[in-house]
Amino acid sequence: MAKVPVQFTLNGSEKAEFIESGTTLLHALRDKIGDTSPKGGCHQGTCGACSVIIDGELRLSCLTLAETCDGADIRTTAGLAEGGVLHPLQRAFLDAFATQCGFCTPGMIMAAKALLDRTPNPSREEVVEALSGNICRCTGYEPIIQAVLTAARADSQNAA
Amino acid sequence: MAIRRGRGVAAINYPTGMNLGGDPTQALVHSTPTGNFMVTLSSVDLGQGMKQIMAQICAETIGVPTDRVIIDTADTDTGPHCMGTFASRGTHRAGNAVIQAAKEARQVMLEVAAEELEVNASDLETDGQGNILVKGAPQKSISIFDVALSAHFKRGRSISGRGMFLIPRSYPEKETGAMKPSTCYAHACTVAEVEVDDETGEVTVLSVKNVFEIGRALNPKMVEQQLVGGSWMGISHALYETTEPYYPNRDHGGTDFNQYLMPGPGDLAETEIIVLERPSADGPFGAKGPGEMCANPQIPAVANAVFDAVGVRIDTLPITPERILRALKAQAAG
Amino acid sequence: MELRKDYFADVRKDGLHEIGQPRPRLDSPGHVTGKTAYFADRILPGMLHLKMVRSPHHHARIRSIDTSEAEKHPGVVKVLTAKDVPHNVYTILILIQIGPEDETVLADGKVRWKGEAVAAVLAETERAAQEAAAKVKVDYEVLPAVFDMEEALKPGAPLVNEYHGQNYYLYDSGECRKVRFGDVDAGFAEADHILEQTYQSSPIEHAPTETTGCVVAPEGNDRFTCYTNTQAMFFTLDNASIILQMPGSKLHFVGGTVGGGFGGKVDVIVEPIAILAAKLTGRPVSFIYSREEEMQISSPRAAEKVVIKDGVMKDGRIVARKVTGYTDAGAYSRHSPYGAQKGAAHYPGPYTIPNVWIDTYCVYTNRTPSSAMRGFGVTIGDFALEVQMDKLARLIGMDPLEFRFINAYRDGDMKAHRQPTEGAALIECMQEASRAANWPVADKYMAMSSYRKGA
Repeated sequence: MAKVPVQFTLNGSEKAEFIESGTTLLHALRDKIGDTSPKGGCHQGTCGACSVIIDGELRLSCLTLAETCDGADIRTTAGLAEGGVLHPLQRAFLDAFATQCGFCTPGMIMAAKALLDRTPNPSREEVVEALSGNICRCTGYEPIIQAVLTAARADSQNAA
Repeated sequence: MAIRRGRGVAAINYPTGMNLGGDPTQALVHSTPTGNFMVTLSSVDLGQGMKQIMAQICAETIGVPTDRVIIDTADTDTGPHCMGTFASRGTHRAGNAVIQAAKEARQVMLEVAAEELEVNASDLETDGQGNILVKGAPQKSISIFDVALSAHFKRGRSISGRGMFLIPRSYPEKETGAMKPSTCYAHACTVAEVEVDDETGEVTVLSVKNVFEIGRALNPKMVEQQLVGGSWMGISHALYETTEPYYPNRDHGGTDFNQYLMPGPGDLAETEIIVLERPSADGPFGAKGPGEMCANPQIPAVANAVFDAVGVRIDTLPITPERILRALKAQAAG
Repeated sequence: MELRKDYFADVRKDGLHEIGQPRPRLDSPGHVTGKTAYFADRILPGMLHLKMVRSPHHHARIRSIDTSEAEKHPGVVKVLTAKDVPHNVYTILILIQIGPEDETVLADGKVRWKGEAVAAVLAETERAAQEAAAKVKVDYEVLPAVFDMEEALKPGAPLVNEYHGQNYYLYDSGECRKVRFGDVDAGFAEADHILEQTYQSSPIEHAPTETTGCVVAPEGNDRFTCYTNTQAMFFTLDNASIILQMPGSKLHFVGGTVGGGFGGKVDVIVEPIAILAAKLTGRPVSFIYSREEEMQISSPRAAEKVVIKDGVMKDGRIVARKVTGYTDAGAYSRHSPYGAQKGAAHYPGPYTIPNVWIDTYCVYTNRTPSSAMRGFGVTIGDFALEVQMDKLARLIGMDPLEFRFINAYRDGDMKAHRQPTEGAALIECMQEASRAANWPVADKYMAMSSYRKGA
């Protein structure tokens, strides 16, 4: 199988890999680069556990070919905490007891981050809309919605 | 054609632990040289929070803060046997094993402290903050940190304990079914309020008010997690879920999350949770297993609410719009 | 959430240091940073990928299996069939003496449900394994299948599973687990009304976000480490030991951090074959269910049929209850004989009824084997019981909540399985629900207690 070179930035670090043509970004991140924070819950774009942010846009890494990410800026949950300090979303998920098994959590946090980057003060409806591509089987969603709303409020207070 | 409102109630109980017992769990507890406590198990955390709860149970029993307990679980090279995480058994069975192991370790810890303080072990108590005090004379005390150091380097004592919990297996009597299924039961009552669109058959669950009796809320925030998530699953079971929509016909089974339906974050019922605690005689600090039963009462409560709303009984799960419409049609046809 | 401490305060000691405190979860920081290690995060060098060849038929004889084309497919390392499995016919509850062994790891001569594992393909990549699986040629002779429990129990129905010899599980009590208490016929004779109703459910999937799977690594010393999301470590290890005829000392299971289970990860399906593959190839092996496999191949919650016949008095007392429960096990037992038996222990629900008759059947059909799920043996029964309670209340013109108070079990009441009730709290739950939902009931019900006088 032909291998193609791919270079991108992952959470601020330069990465360069030769990957098989047709490899998904999810596989490239997990198997080649060792960032296992995106999870493979369905490999068919229906669960959201693999969500990452590519050039500021929320993407499903299981449906994104790695070779299309050449030159991209890719962000995952593994890179969210800076200098050991949790991002407000991470803090809010902890405080709201919004994780149970935790498997959906990295994808949920990425979906929420994409929302807050674009809409710092979202309504509940906007949070619901933003999370609607992410499946959670444990929590019943409400704690996650509350965590995102709390993080948004914390962020806007910090900005004020 | 109209949106019709109805409400329904259901009340249930649920056994804690494997039916008929016979499901052992073991635990080992030991102190590190500086008085932290390692709990070794082979129990599995599915997301319900087994690790955290075992840490709190060990901490309470030993008399240290929870952050001084480390949980090492589910490595079969180190952890003693646990039957597994199912049947609402984890907290009850493993919790009892951890208490027994921690009590044994605590006794050694108090004996070492007694030697250091030159008193009787039975005269000592813990303050929950990591210190051992003489009862009635709290100025005479020693830290658990120092006790563990002494045990390790001076007195050659292992501050450790073994725990095992087993409810003996019950065998049903063949003809009468006389048996002992469980030693304690959790309870619940749910009132569901729904709207049914009698034109589309669509059901919206407006609210569920759930009362759960669970013996003891060992960690109330984690209990809440479990009960809120369970209540969601119950509603989901009532209205949406099946792998075989035309059972017993095997066709049309969903193969992904687009075809296998569950309520999303935009479909949530207003959910109220009230918890009562009647401690069980043999539960760890009275706890029963809340993890399964919390998803049960919503199903019949929703079914009864649908009847209350539109006057048709859907006795087949899930209660889909198609089934409601067919029932309404049959009702109209008399 | 509201913790109502006023109930049962007399029997509870509060004020503990750690118990009852809302301490943060020690595992959550790992979850929110993506650092928590699930089994599939063990990505091992040289790992092979396992894909199953599955039956397209509900019931068929296998005339032959030809793996030669698949073995030639680029990247394929090995193809396993039934002959490679040391103890191919097994059943997981054999560990608690519930037999007979009735299921094959890989189909041997016959398939009994659509999706049953026939051959395991091991390849360098998932894609190669998938492509090669399509090249395994299986010659099937399709047999008549039965999907309906009533049909399956009729004489002359196709036999689903020869290891049982009939389409139901044979308990020591016969074709069903039985509970007999009082005299139901006398109860029905005395009743003002009799209501018999049938309830039905369809299979339900656990749908954990993390699919079932494991990663196995040879340790190089004849031992194998299995990273798994099983819900039961030693249960899985010990069953793998039987299936592989390998001493338990050769097996090392690591798990305990699972992306949701709900009962779906106690079936011991992926681990034995993956360990065997690692042993026969000397390489690490990954076997992870696809979402489609999780949905249609992994055991669902059983479909159940519940027939309830009640005798009720005008004053609200239920005087007789007869329940016949049917659990659709699918083609193999797995945990279903246990689940059906648990149902027998659960009926007639949390009510005190003087005359009770329970029969619960575990029935085999040509569908995906069902197994444990959250509320196993009880969830569907509770649906049936509590809808029936609603119907009974309306039948006698009584408020459904008040009707439940009249029949609720209390401390000391004898249950149908002949255990006295202890620690009841149904009445208090209903009282609190009455308040919370603004569903008033008569004062006499609000004054009731689960405690018995003098108890």
